[in-house]
Amino acid sequence: MNPSVDALRATFGSAIGRALESCGDTIVYVRRDALLQVLAWLRDTPDQRYDYLVDITAVEYRDRERPLEVVYSVRSLERRVDLRVKVELDAEADLVVDSVVPLWRGADWLERETFDMFGISFRGHPDLRRILMWETYAEGYPLRKDFPLRGRFSRAEQVRQALAANPEAHYSMEELSIAEAYGELSPEMKERLRRGERGKLAGSE
Amino acid sequence: MKHVMETKEVAGQNPNYLLAKVQNLVDWAVNSSRANSLWPMPFGTACCAIEFMATAASRFDFARFGMERQAYSPRQADVLICAGRLPFKLAPVIRRIYDQMPQPKWVISMGACASTGGIFDNYAMVQGIDTIVPVDVYVPGCPPRPEGLLYGILLLHKKIKGESLFDQVRRRDEQPLDERGLRLPPETIDEISEPFGNSVHQFRSA
Repeated sequence: MNPSVDALRATFGSAIGRALESCGDTIVYVRRDALLQVLAWLRDTPDQRYDYLVDITAVEYRDRERPLEVVYSVRSLERRVDLRVKVELDAEADLVVDSVVPLWRGADWLERETFDMFGISFRGHPDLRRILMWETYAEGYPLRKDFPLRGRFSRAEQVRQALAANPEAHYSMEELSIAEAYGELSPEMKERLRRGERGKLAGSE
Repeated sequence: MKHVMETKEVAGQNPNYLLAKVQNLVDWAVNSSRANSLWPMPFGTACCAIEFMATAASRFDFARFGMERQAYSPRQADVLICAGRLPFKLAPVIRRIYDQMPQPKWVISMGACASTGGIFDNYAMVQGIDTIVPVDVYVPGCPPRPEGLLYGILLLHKKIKGESLFDQVRRRDEQPLDERGLRLPPETIDEISEPFGNSVHQFRSA
């Protein structure tokens, strides 16, 4: 069992649920409202240093009684230790969990994928849209257990909707724009841009 | 009229015979040029594209059959080779590429998935690209070996050589989408998308 579990219990008390070991990996269940603090603590505490978010995904079990789980795999690159943090969500209630994009920017697409496949909303996500299916996809969330393998619509309707989709609408102007990166440019480059100076190739006049 | 009658006498045949001869000559010239200088537009989405690359490379080398130049732009392409499964998300893309290709144009559906959906009988995959674009040659296999694709290309040559500029039936016309935005009637799409093989044991609803 990963010693981080005991440290978590000592720090967060009742917000930490059961913990178990599976195939050499430690899984710890966390209460939904404490998720963000727990992950931030795991990332920032000097003797934890789980600085790398490996993956975010979700699980729905065939047993309808069991809740959905959102799974966060974190790893400490320095200490070479893995930890899996799970949050349980009641499928009957709202499927909402806090976004961890403020902690790891890389969580952006992982959370979009989980939203796309399971319909779990991530509160505070900057741009929560479908990522694998196209944005006007209307059949639901494919990896949910109540989703039929071949989709809900007839094949003809699926073909019609797919052909009606505009393939260029999948990218927002925000994604295509480099204007946002302006703030991250060096002062020297900003000054050159302000003067309207063009780049020169070496050897050209 | 008298002149025509004389022509008939001279040739010993019906006057239409000469016209047909000329038409056949034109068709032969046009079709041979078309068939022997096909420019393929590869649309590789999956493992079939690997076999497609092998077909294009030196060991199999489809340049031997006049496909020297691969057109990576639909505007300069004759034959669209869909190599690999086609998800619904790519359906408008391949349709647009097909629409951008100038006439005359042909389509080869390479592999089981492009032809029928293959093992991907699920919510995300087009069940045969013939529901999106008209297909001339289906190459079976998972993936087909390069010899299979070459055989498909030779079949396409044969098909092209059977076309005619002067025959309504054998001429190639543009096949746009209908007012529903579909290429085929919905019942036909449902019918050809029906599961077959192992997947008939799976049910449509969960």
